[in-house]
Amino acid sequence: MANKTKRGLATTESQTPELKKTPTGIAGLDEITGGGLPAGRPTLVCGAAGCGKTMLAAEFLAHGALEYGEPGVFMMFEETAAELAENLASLGIDMAKLQRQKKIALDFVRVERNEIEETGEYDLDGLFIRLGHAIDSIGAKRVVLDTIEALFAGVPNHAILRAELRRLFRWLKDKGVTAIITGERGESTFTRYGLEEYVADCVILLDHRIVEQVSTRRLRVVKYRGSSHGTNEYPFLIGARGISVLPITSLTLSHVASRERVSTGIPGLDQMLGGRGAYRGSSILVSGAPGTGKSSVAASFVDAACRRGERALLFAYEESASQLLRNMRSIGLDLQRWVAKGLLRIESTRPTLHGLEQHLVHMHDMVQSFKPEVVAVDPISNLTSHGEDAGLKLTLMRLIDFLKTAGTTALFTSLTADRGDAVAATSEVGVSSLMDSWLLLANVAYNGERTRTLQVLKSRGMPHSNQVREFVFSDHGVDLVDVYLNGDQVLTGTARVAHEAHLSASNDLRGRDHERRLRDLATRRKTLDAQIAALTSEAEERAGEVQFAIAREQFEADGVSTRARSIAASRGASVATPAVAKPAAAGRKGSR
Amino acid sequence: MTPDMPIEKTSPSRSARKPEWQLKLYVAGSTARSAAALENLKRLCENHLAGRYSIEVVDLLVNPQLAAGDQILAVPTLVRKFPEPLRKIIGDLSNEARVLVGLDVKPVD
Repeated sequence: MANKTKRGLATTESQTPELKKTPTGIAGLDEITGGGLPAGRPTLVCGAAGCGKTMLAAEFLAHGALEYGEPGVFMMFEETAAELAENLASLGIDMAKLQRQKKIALDFVRVERNEIEETGEYDLDGLFIRLGHAIDSIGAKRVVLDTIEALFAGVPNHAILRAELRRLFRWLKDKGVTAIITGERGESTFTRYGLEEYVADCVILLDHRIVEQVSTRRLRVVKYRGSSHGTNEYPFLIGARGISVLPITSLTLSHVASRERVSTGIPGLDQMLGGRGAYRGSSILVSGAPGTGKSSVAASFVDAACRRGERALLFAYEESASQLLRNMRSIGLDLQRWVAKGLLRIESTRPTLHGLEQHLVHMHDMVQSFKPEVVAVDPISNLTSHGEDAGLKLTLMRLIDFLKTAGTTALFTSLTADRGDAVAATSEVGVSSLMDSWLLLANVAYNGERTRTLQVLKSRGMPHSNQVREFVFSDHGVDLVDVYLNGDQVLTGTARVAHEAHLSASNDLRGRDHERRLRDLATRRKTLDAQIAALTSEAEERAGEVQFAIAREQFEADGVSTRARSIAASRGASVATPAVAKPAAAGRKGSR
Repeated sequence: MTPDMPIEKTSPSRSARKPEWQLKLYVAGSTARSAAALENLKRLCENHLAGRYSIEVVDLLVNPQLAAGDQILAVPTLVRKFPEPLRKIIGDLSNEARVLVGLDVKPVD
């Protein structure tokens, strides 16, 4: 193979240091090829019937004509111009208008084997002249030859044809046009007639396969001389806007992480997520068994976004929009007003309507046109009905990547089998590794009652609560309630309520006890105060008595000495001694 | 090369009516192959369709837009415009027997 392809053109063209590329304008393809197809060279697009070769080629021309100012020639060997125009009209490409504007020239080459007889030598100058004429008439920079292998059916002498094809591709290069040549997939070669021999610069392989009744188209860049390119198989779709190739990732993880936090719409949950909610642009997975409240979490999430005045997009794969609105109103979330305001868009489709890839493209389209700040998908597990986990993971990876690049915060819900315990969520571990935060909703059956609980299994880049919280619906939305830890038991539901009542009763009792003791204390203080007052007055009474006694004794003593002095004076005798002795006795008494 | 290359109408029919055989020969420039094809064609017509044919030679280098009309890919291509149905013979017409089969002409012996 390698030798074969080299023989074609490699030796003739020296490689320019920087390969010029011609953008195809096809979403995703330019990313994979790092800018487009090799400019001024032919590219071979091969694949089985119905895998989208013509579509790819036609889009290449239409984008060139409309967006890059490069007119193109479409030379078709199988479809007529009218058929092609009809097919492209479904993508919104008006071929007739482009033709009138001299942006695209169509040439239908019909090869009817039964009309042709060959005698002697000939060449395919007629084809060259037609192509050359078409190129010159509009100054074309792009050329499509679809499917040139039809010539092998029409031209009997394959030796001549092969020589002429080689000359044709050489000639196209000399003309400096970027060409797409399509070819049918062969059994052991890329194309049935080995066109890859002549077109060695770039080969793109398209494939259309059905796995478990779901069809997926895939694209692979087999070779791209002189350029690096994505080598994987990339799923692609032909949607309402033509082909879009979905690169699994944009090759690098380079999105900018925001530090901004956004509320999840559930105060208790914000509290669990470090107190401030989720990071803007992060992705949150909410998994849980049926009836654990996933949809309500999703609804709260979009409701919170709309409250902030942001746009939100809700993909509902289980309920119709009106059913969802009604059901959410029952828990006090009025989403209708946001819909009316144009802030919220609810996209309800049956998951079985499309394959996974198509859903992804649909989401892409919606996100790109609506530009929401917040996206919720409820639930992702419904998207794949045949349990192809790998496919779901890849699809999600691309979706998450896309949303992250756009800075969109995303919430996905995922249904898990109800196994009644909290670790039943192993089935989507593959998906969960892509998520920044993973919330698990679980039903806890205890004591004849089922309660909803919520726990944060992981949340990147923020402290988060390890506790299980009880999840309650009220008339005004969803909230979380602290669970009660009673010894080593987590109490939820009725048990929690009973415990709460019990606690409050004992609180009440204790309060009363305190009051009573305070009252007692006050009474005792009053009693003591009274006693103190009584004692004080008694003391004062005594003091009064004592002073009175002292005064009286003093008075008596004074009287005695006066009398003694007067007696002595009258008798003329000294009575100093008894006068001294009496006051001494009085002084002793008075000291008391 | 033949001096009468570009567009030549040979109409040797004696009546004014359209000839029974209307042939168109598409060539690309004055190449040896073109000349050979025209020569072969003329000889053949003279031999087998004398007086009942017309030949129009179209040089696609001069009139490239004419190539699409008759779905010309290979040159030289001889197109039998009339009688219907349209037949095409590609190549330099060197094999007379095959040209006659292709044109559905009964050889004159």
